[in-house]
Amino acid sequence: MDTHTVFWPWYITGPLIGLYVPVLYFLVNRHFGISSTFRDICTVTVRPKAQYFQYNWKDHRWRMIFVAGIVIGGFLSRSALSVAAKGVISDHTLSALASLGVRDFESLVPADLFSWGSLLTLRGVLLVVGGGFLVGFGTRYAEGCTSGHSIHGIATFQRASLIATLCFFLGGVFSTYVLLPLILKS
Amino acid sequence: MLNFLVLCLGILFGVILSNGEVISWFRIQEMFRFDAFHMYGVIGSAIVVGALSMLVIRKFHVRSQTGDPIVIEEKNLEKGTVFGGLLFGIGWALTGACPGPLYALAGNGYPAFAVALVSAIGGAYVYGVVRNKLPH
Repeated sequence: MDTHTVFWPWYITGPLIGLYVPVLYFLVNRHFGISSTFRDICTVTVRPKAQYFQYNWKDHRWRMIFVAGIVIGGFLSRSALSVAAKGVISDHTLSALASLGVRDFESLVPADLFSWGSLLTLRGVLLVVGGGFLVGFGTRYAEGCTSGHSIHGIATFQRASLIATLCFFLGGVFSTYVLLPLILKS
Repeated sequence: MLNFLVLCLGILFGVILSNGEVISWFRIQEMFRFDAFHMYGVIGSAIVVGALSMLVIRKFHVRSQTGDPIVIEEKNLEKGTVFGGLLFGIGWALTGACPGPLYALAGNGYPAFAVALVSAIGGAYVYGVVRNKLPH
């Protein structure tokens, strides 16, 4: 498949994402942010007793509609991932990952790490369940993720968001160079 | 009508994240290894476009479609900004997905990411329960 007909360059993707900041303020007068829906989903489904979940989630119904849309959008463009990583992703990254034991480079997500079968292995559980847990816990603790802090927050010149983003990257680099090699060998 | 519009924007967002390769585990690895410009271009240009459009909104006192003044929501700087930020960063590099891509990947047909998404919701649940015991 010709990757250039499938993928959009960063200068199309980035500006389109950036436009969500003013568009959401205009439509619902709320800031662009996605991780807050993890809290909404807890509140709606299990109704926890903790103080953190005592708020009127119906005021934020738009967010849950928005993320439901993201799932549908992902489904509609599911073929996008079927392009081989080689030729798209930097050779340096691919060879570093190959030396850590990653074997599948046939799509943009390594199937050997993210399949049902991988969930039966320790490394799969650590990556999928452990990584997912930290994404949910960390974004709520930091009160924002890439959308709320890195894009909306920095675009509105907020110091907390700049610091949050630096911490995202510090954590990510530590995880990439220290934790990932340990997990992939487990 | 508004809900329908928001749903369409969400669908479009899922398509953008997919076709822009933002949902690629390899792209996130490449970003944290500083091996390519792609993700920096995506995030950087999103910030620039977001900032310019918010400046226009402020300069011309644009109101929301309901007629209310647009008020930028403030993010507080707390200890959690640092601790939570570091924890999220660690998780981001492992799953190769921040919250938006987690939703898109769950729809993409990689069942493991549906599990990661449920785990992220569980992470938010645990945070809500232990919140009072954490430094803020």
